[in-house]
Order: sequence, then structure tokens, then C-alpha cells
Amino acid sequence: MIDVKNLTKSFGNFPAVENLSFHVNKGEIFGFLGPNGAGKTTTIRMLCCLISKSSGEAKIAGYEIGNNANSLEIRKKIGLVPDNVGLYSGLSAYENLDFYGRLYDCSEKRRKENIEYYLRMMGLWDKRNQSVGNFSKGMKQKIAIARAMLHDPEILFLDELTSNLDPESSKVVIDLILKFKTGGKTIFLNTHNLDEAEKICDRIGILKTRLIAINTPEQLRKSIWGNKTVIQMKKITDSVLEAVKGLTPKGFAVEQNKIIIEVTDPLIENSLYIKAITSAGGSIQFVTTLNPDLEETYLKIMEETK
Amino acid sequence: MRLTKIWTITSKDFLIFRTKRSILFSMVGLLIFISIGLPVIIEYVVRKAGDSASTLLPTLIDAFSFWFVNLAVIIPTSIASYSIVGEKVEKSLEPLLAAPVTDEEILMGKSLAAFIPSIISIWAGGIIYMILINMFSYKTLTYLYYPNWNIAAILLILGPLVCILSIGYNVIISSRINDIRSAQQLGILIVLPFGLIYVLKELSIISLSVNNLMIISAIVLIVDIFVFYLVLNTFRRDEILTKWQ
Repeated sequence: MIDVKNLTKSFGNFPAVENLSFHVNKGEIFGFLGPNGAGKTTTIRMLCCLISKSSGEAKIAGYEIGNNANSLEIRKKIGLVPDNVGLYSGLSAYENLDFYGRLYDCSEKRRKENIEYYLRMMGLWDKRNQSVGNFSKGMKQKIAIARAMLHDPEILFLDELTSNLDPESSKVVIDLILKFKTGGKTIFLNTHNLDEAEKICDRIGILKTRLIAINTPEQLRKSIWGNKTVIQMKKITDSVLEAVKGLTPKGFAVEQNKIIIEVTDPLIENSLYIKAITSAGGSIQFVTTLNPDLEETYLKIMEETK
Repeated sequence: MRLTKIWTITSKDFLIFRTKRSILFSMVGLLIFISIGLPVIIEYVVRKAGDSASTLLPTLIDAFSFWFVNLAVIIPTSIASYSIVGEKVEKSLEPLLAAPVTDEEILMGKSLAAFIPSIISIWAGGIIYMILINMFSYKTLTYLYYPNWNIAAILLILGPLVCILSIGYNVIISSRINDIRSAQQLGILIVLPFGLIYVLKELSIISLSVNNLMIISAIVLIVDIFVFYLVLNTFRRDEILTKWQ
């Protein structure tokens, strides 16, 4: 659905995005992570045909970005929630949505139905005739999301989706995004919220001007941390350590009463280590796998690229 | 360019103007001053000047009628600043540019949103002005002063051309300005050349004959074409999202 090859954008001599290459499949939620100034918004803007590329190629729903005729077709097929919601504060929620429905060539019937559907879903139907200028940030964000979905786009670009939302509203929006995905739609999400990315993204790209990692959250974790088994002992004795060493692990470390062992296949190796430790007289309290979250993984990747 | 898209953008701006009282107040205030206030001054002159009024009046009325050209600068400035800088202030340009509309359609929609109310109010004011001038000057002149070719040239040719110039100029300055008040202050500067013409007329250095009005219109038309190309180069989405400050 989104095909990007060596996409580059420079502002003068300053490279904002360099040699970006990735692919997003239909029906996939793709998360883009990166620090401020990494080029996430610039990438979205290029893919939404809002700014031109400096070099490289990108196809959105089969249309190559970079020429005017394609740009119009691409913009019909996408919905965008920018980091600034950009609503007209003097207009009501209904008028804001109706304006965009018209721009996207939705028929009057479809506009009415979709506006009512999304406003009811967001819990804002009763406030439809109120000026958006009086809305809270979260309410505005919900209207912006409804605006992006109103014309039933094939691809949704979301820049900082839940940054202004309270936890309850975040859940409503995330559920809506997941529902959108089950309809076979593709979602491209820029976010700083690693918890949210881990929850909803099928794959994640980490950007720091260049794409430095791309994979599923699980594989990203594995590629950085590997498989590690944590054995919590009552007490670690020399004989226990000798027993572990005897199995020649790829690596191991001791932290307080924990033995952390790097394994290739936990299903096979864990039982061997348990057997060896108990044979050496060790008393195991519990065994678990080291499972760092995406935040730790992200921070480690960032640290490695410094 | 698709007319439906253009009209969608124009009518959205009309909905926004409805809530901006300062636009309504500036339009109505100026219109009252020019279309009612100036004829009242004429009436005062008729009463005070006595016998010399019949020679004084045509010069004075012609000079006053040029105020409609100044109005064609001032009213679009007030509206265009809301139309374009307002979008910057609300940060609504990005979603608008992400919609399936071309830059030209957005530009045309926004220009029409400034042009239509400006020209309608100028014409409405012009009609009121002509009626009042005729009422107040008929006794002295013994003929109806309006309509004549001068006011036709001002309201139908020079006025609309100046309106277009004012809107184009405001689009250009909007690209560098971030608040509506500053945009209006800078935008109003374009009234200076027309103010100068008015002063020259008052000092009897030039006359505002139909011929001269047509020459001024031709010059404004040439400037309009030049400004139009500048506007097209300024109002490009790449520029708007990256270089507009």
C-alpha cells in the first residue's frame, strides 16, 4: 500500500530525511518512532503530497508521489490527522466536518450519515452545533480524527494520534483505529507514545533522519536483547554457577539472586539449566524470560546510534 | 479548476466571517462614512457655499467618488487577512492542503471569499452614495449628477481591479505574517498610491476624467497581472508548509 525507496528530503543543505526505504502492507498498522526532529512529520508530509521530495521514490496506493495528477488521486485515498488539529474554531463541529466532506466529494447523504456516525462514536453528537473554539484539546483531536475518516480513506496517516487525549478518550480512539484496520485499511502512525505503538502497531520503524530499525515490536526486542532467561534463586552458590557454566551458555550474568542466561531456544535450553541447577543443589524460586518493553528497546537502539 | 471545490472553500470562509464581528464593523463603518457621510458633507457645502456651490460641487463630488477606490483597497485587506492569515493562526492549512484540491482552487476560493463581499458592499455603498448625492445636489445643479461615466469607471472597472490587487498583495504579505493585525497594518499600505492620486486631484494637479480613470485602470491591470504571477509562486503547498513563517 505504501512503497518507499531511497526517499530523501533536504531543506537547503540540511537533510531532514535520508534514503528512506520501507514497505507498508494493506491492512497493516505501521508505527514510526523517533526523537523530535527525526523527520517523521516530514515523511508524512511527503507521503501525503504536501511537500515535494528531494530524491527517491514513493508509491501510495499504486500512485507515484511527485506529480500533480497523482497527488490529487493520492489525496482522495488518504486521510490525515496532523499534529496540529487545524480545525476552524469559528465553525461548529458539524460545519467543520461537512466542509471536509464536501471537499472529498462525499454525497450529502453519505456526509450526513458519516458525520453522525463518527460524532456519536466520539460522544460529540450532542455538541455538534457548538463552536469548535470552545472544545477541549481532546475533543478537537476527536473531531480531527473524524475529519480524516469521513471519506472512508484507504490509508490513514496519523501524526501524534493520542497526544492530547485523556486515557479514556485514547482508548476510544485506539479502538476506532483498530476497527478501521479490521476493515482492511492501512494506518501509518507517527508517535512518541511507545506504549501505544507496542499495543497497536504490527510493525515499527525507528527513524533518526535515516531509518535505523524496522520490524515487529517482538522482533525488534529480540534483535536488541536476544532471548534471555531469568532464574530467580534463593541463594546462588559456586556449585550452581559452575553447573550453569558447564552448559556453556552464549552469555550469562548474575544480579543479586538472579541468574540471567542468554539462550538460543528457551523451550529446549531452559529445562537443561533448571536440571543442572537443581542437581547442583540450587533452590529455584521461579524462571521467567527477560522481556524488556518497547521503551527500553527504543532507548537502547537510540543509545547505540549516538 | 473545479468550480464546486472553489465555491466550497469560499462558502466555508463566508461561514467564518459571519462570526468575525470586526470584519462586519469595519465594512459597515467605512460604508456608512463614505456612502452617507460624504453626501452629508456635500449637503453642508451646498448650504454654506451659496451661489458658488454650483461650480464647486462637481469637482468635490468627483473627488469624493474616488473614495470608493480606497474602499476597494481597505475592505479586501480586512477580509483577506482573516481568510489567509486566519488559516495560519488556526493551523488549518495542513489538513486543507491534504484534501483533494489544487493550490489554484484554494487560492481562487479564498480570493473570491474576499472579493465577493468587498465588491458587493462597494456597489451597494456606491448606489446609496449616488442616490444621496442626487438628492442633495439636485436643487443646486438642477440636474441629476449620477449616474455618469466617472462613477461607472470607478465602480465597474477601477474598483474591481483595485480589489483584485489588494487581495493579491494581501496573499503575498500573508506568507510572511503570523497575526491578523500585523497583516491588516501592512496590507493597508497599498492604499498609499491611491491616496496620493486623491490628494493630487484635491490639489487640482490631475483631474479624474474618464480618460484618466481608464489610464489608471490600465496601469492597475498590468500590476494585477504581475501580482497574480507572484501570488501563484507564493501560494504553493511546498512553500506554504516549509517557508511560510
